[in-house]
Amino acid sequence: MTFFHRHRWLAPWGLLTPGMTWLVIFFVVPLGFLAYQSLQSGIFPSYEFTWEFSNYREALSDNREQLVRSFWYAGIATVLALAFSYPLAYWIAFRAGKWKNVFLVLVVAPFFVTYLIRTIAWQTILSDDGTVVGVLRTVGLLADDGRLLATSTAVVAGITYNYLPFAILPIYVSLEQIDRRLVEAAEDLYASPRRAFLRVTLPLSLPGVFAATVLTFIPSAGDFINAELLGGPNQAMIGNVIQSKFLALIDYPSAAALSFVLMAIIVVMIAIYARIVGSERLG
Amino acid sequence: MKRVRGRVLDVYAILAIGYMLLPIAVVFLFSFNDPAGRFNYVWQSFTFDNWVNWDAVPGLRDALETSLVIAVLASLTATALGTLIALALVRHQFRGRAPINFLIFLPMAAPEIVLGASLLTLFLNQTLLDLGFWTIFIAHVMFCISFVVVTVRARLVDFDRHLEEAAADLGATGLETFRLVTLPLLWPAILAGGLLAFAISVDDFVITYFNSGSEITFPVFVWGQAARGVPPQVNVIGSAIFLIAVGIMLVSVIVQTRRRKESSA
Repeated sequence: MTFFHRHRWLAPWGLLTPGMTWLVIFFVVPLGFLAYQSLQSGIFPSYEFTWEFSNYREALSDNREQLVRSFWYAGIATVLALAFSYPLAYWIAFRAGKWKNVFLVLVVAPFFVTYLIRTIAWQTILSDDGTVVGVLRTVGLLADDGRLLATSTAVVAGITYNYLPFAILPIYVSLEQIDRRLVEAAEDLYASPRRAFLRVTLPLSLPGVFAATVLTFIPSAGDFINAELLGGPNQAMIGNVIQSKFLALIDYPSAAALSFVLMAIIVVMIAIYARIVGSERLG
Repeated sequence: MKRVRGRVLDVYAILAIGYMLLPIAVVFLFSFNDPAGRFNYVWQSFTFDNWVNWDAVPGLRDALETSLVIAVLASLTATALGTLIALALVRHQFRGRAPINFLIFLPMAAPEIVLGASLLTLFLNQTLLDLGFWTIFIAHVMFCISFVVVTVRARLVDFDRHLEEAAADLGATGLETFRLVTLPLLWPAILAGGLLAFAISVDDFVITYFNSGSEITFPVFVWGQAARGVPPQVNVIGSAIFLIAVGIMLVSVIVQTRRRKESSA
């Protein structure tokens, strides 16, 4: 009998301690340092902690444009990702048959190619000398000097593409878990396929849709890579501001305050969304 | 009518998967391009040179090696720590489970930029460690742990405890039971968690960029090149990573399918 057999209540803590210690020191404690930094004043490298709450007011008022744009882009990208992913996840779950897992690999595999390389590939596809711009100009959907790069369209398209697995996988999992007999029962009771989908399949897959929304929206709102590589100066998002304040302008207190503003808005928006989804399911 | 609707969905799925693979096809295609200037945007002519001389670009090889070394170390560490947490969560009843689950979920849900920024403020406010290799390692272990816990836990749920009890009944010590029964049964779950951690570590840019100092990983290298025009050798590495990842995933799918057939036969 080992030590942990004699003291069974200790066993889980023996297993938990190393990993949880790492998470506390390098995830929880840093958030404390970020909060501490966000209330400092002064100029690099001599900051002082002065409860400088005006950092937050300035973070909001100086960057309203980028904040609004970030959540606007993230919202559109999330809706597009859901609309794209639901039918695809449905098809893989219900119609791909024995090839299900192969299609799942095909859908997830592109995202093992470095994020930056994927985005640079979109740069190539949308570039001014590329085929897409050429065709759009010929058809007349784009003016002869019209561009796709450095536009909001390109940035939103890039964000939508880059976070697709976070939308597809949760929806797929929730569809996959549905007991097919429920759908058959609805059809036996003379529900049209459309009605069976709307009244049985869709409601049962809502938890997956909720997870997909949250998992797509959060990284989209904090993204700066797509705006940097596919957008121009007029597409800067809040992530770009935080990034440059931290790494180029060396304005740590302001950057830290802005990070908390970003997180706070995300938390509030998700809480509201959870409320709406939750009450709909109850009512 | 039903059949028509099904066909529409089939066509949509094929187009959708094609769209998702399009950028990868472009990366692959342009890895064989011989660009006229610095920018690899327009197709010029076909060449194998970029694949043969994949390390002709100064700095590329070093960056790739740094990325791989960090990914190996970070995924091994995160897999060890994460597997222990998963074991505790699946096999023991204890108070405080809810806050621990929450703490594991948070790093996966928080925006990367906030994780990177907060770690940076921690590292800036201490003097033991300069920004560089080890700060990247610490960051990677931090965000990989949660993914390992989730992956291993999902596969541990249908682990048969009776096998361990049988080993103990037959006179095995605690350590022997763990080494000869528990570990071999857990192995596929641990491997899956470790591979995911490795893939996430190699791919990470945002958190690494905040905490790398002057150290350059492969994604940081690509970022540096992006403004000046990315050399086709970067496409070669991207294509190679894609082919290896797809290969590993297909092999694991085939092995799983075959095992399921054997156990049902």
